[in-house]
Amino acid sequence: MATFFGEVVVAPSRAGVDDESAEEACEETPEDREIRRELEKKREVDVLWTLKSGAPAGSCAGEPFACSKFIVAIGRNAAAFLSSFILDSVCWEVVGVVKLWNEWCRTSNTTNVLPTDSFCLFYRLISDPTVLLCQCSCYVAEDQQFQWLEKVFGCMQKEGLQVTILSTCPVADYKTQESTLTLTSPFLKALKTKEFKEQVCCPLLEQPNIVRDLPAA
Amino acid sequence: MFVPCNRGGGSASPDFKGFTLLMPAVSVGNVGQLAIDLVISTLDMTKVGYFYTDCLVPMVGNNPYATGEENSVELSINAEVYSLPSKKLVVLQIRSPFIKNKYRPFCQALLSWVKSSKCARVVVLSSSHAYQRDDEQLLGTPLRYLLTPDLEKAVGGLMQELNWKEMEKVAAYPGINDTEKILHIPGGGITKLLFTESCSKGIQMAVLLKFCSEGDNIPDAFALVNYLNEWLQLIKSDVSSNDSTDTSSQWKIPSSWRLLFGNGLPPALF
Repeated sequence: MATFFGEVVVAPSRAGVDDESAEEACEETPEDREIRRELEKKREVDVLWTLKSGAPAGSCAGEPFACSKFIVAIGRNAAAFLSSFILDSVCWEVVGVVKLWNEWCRTSNTTNVLPTDSFCLFYRLISDPTVLLCQCSCYVAEDQQFQWLEKVFGCMQKEGLQVTILSTCPVADYKTQESTLTLTSPFLKALKTKEFKEQVCCPLLEQPNIVRDLPAA
Repeated sequence: MFVPCNRGGGSASPDFKGFTLLMPAVSVGNVGQLAIDLVISTLDMTKVGYFYTDCLVPMVGNNPYATGEENSVELSINAEVYSLPSKKLVVLQIRSPFIKNKYRPFCQALLSWVKSSKCARVVVLSSSHAYQRDDEQLLGTPLRYLLTPDLEKAVGGLMQELNWKEMEKVAAYPGINDTEKILHIPGGGITKLLFTESCSKGIQMAVLLKFCSEGDNIPDAFALVNYLNEWLQLIKSDVSSNDSTDTSSQWKIPSSWRLLFGNGLPPALF
């Protein structure tokens, strides 16, 4: 980051822990605790399913539903890919929505969304209701990622479940011996668990590249 | 919290009774974590499990200690546990920062796992901001240690023999009242919390730390891991060299340390 002469820039430590906040936490007053609790409630992730037609939207209660394939598209590019090439109103029906708020975006529990909105919707293949798809174009903050994961996957039977995650990253973040300027982009890379036995359609992600945030979670 | 890996054969949880747990604090320069990478890579340790926790930023990648095609495709996440039973050593590696307000629950869960898995002692590798040193600390070795009272009884004498320097306490109210002294580890992340909690819970814990600044922290990692080696003797020192404590050449740098400071340059730049 370029600075002008005389500007002092405090470089953040890679350690990522702010010692001052560590000390303050010890001296939390009841008012601080109350504020923190309210903030946590505001940042809660709500997953609302409308799986049975006619049944009211509700969170997952009772038995987890059967799911053989779950495709998750995270980020605007991946969500747009699904909208352009996979989703249509004939073969797919909306079965769920995630409602959350953070400093970057707010979603709502409406299922009637515009492509430019931030949303997180679940669809089911009408001809095979065990195939689920998720379009998540909103940003799920660090402290919400685990919650999202537990609440979404908590409602599904995980036996025999195959999960495919679609996501994009900037080419500038890709670590390689050559400069990224000379790379032909876009290009695909994959990560897979050892339980995934099928053929992967592209090369695997090389060290030292990593994936973070919701796709990693 | 701890989830064991299934490695064919028995799916029982590995036994860490009597083992030494070696772990990093996420601290300035990430020195502790780099040092742990050197230990895992050099001793070719086997992954035995991971921590399923909501306290760390999620991340995933392929095996950071890969040596060839055949072992490069195993997934690796943000908190993993490796073991070397022949040296009664279990190592935790942490690869991402703490999520805001989550470092306390993590410390509590970690220390309760230490107790339940009956580890004999914990060694935390850490670092502290070099610019916060006082005049005396600017001279001499930048390496320090701390021992909880329970471990002091066991190995305090050895530290004296090794001529190690204990981390100094600082005035709680500098300039106002110099008599009240407290432990202060700026830039040390969860180091101080882990140490004070271990003191009160009767856990045998040692902290080994180095004063450093952000930058190329690879030399700091080597210094810290050699310091650790003076005590735990994880690898043999090279007797033929002049300085018998210098084992830099014998630590194996993992393949994931490539490209730490960015990609290659575009030829068109010149």
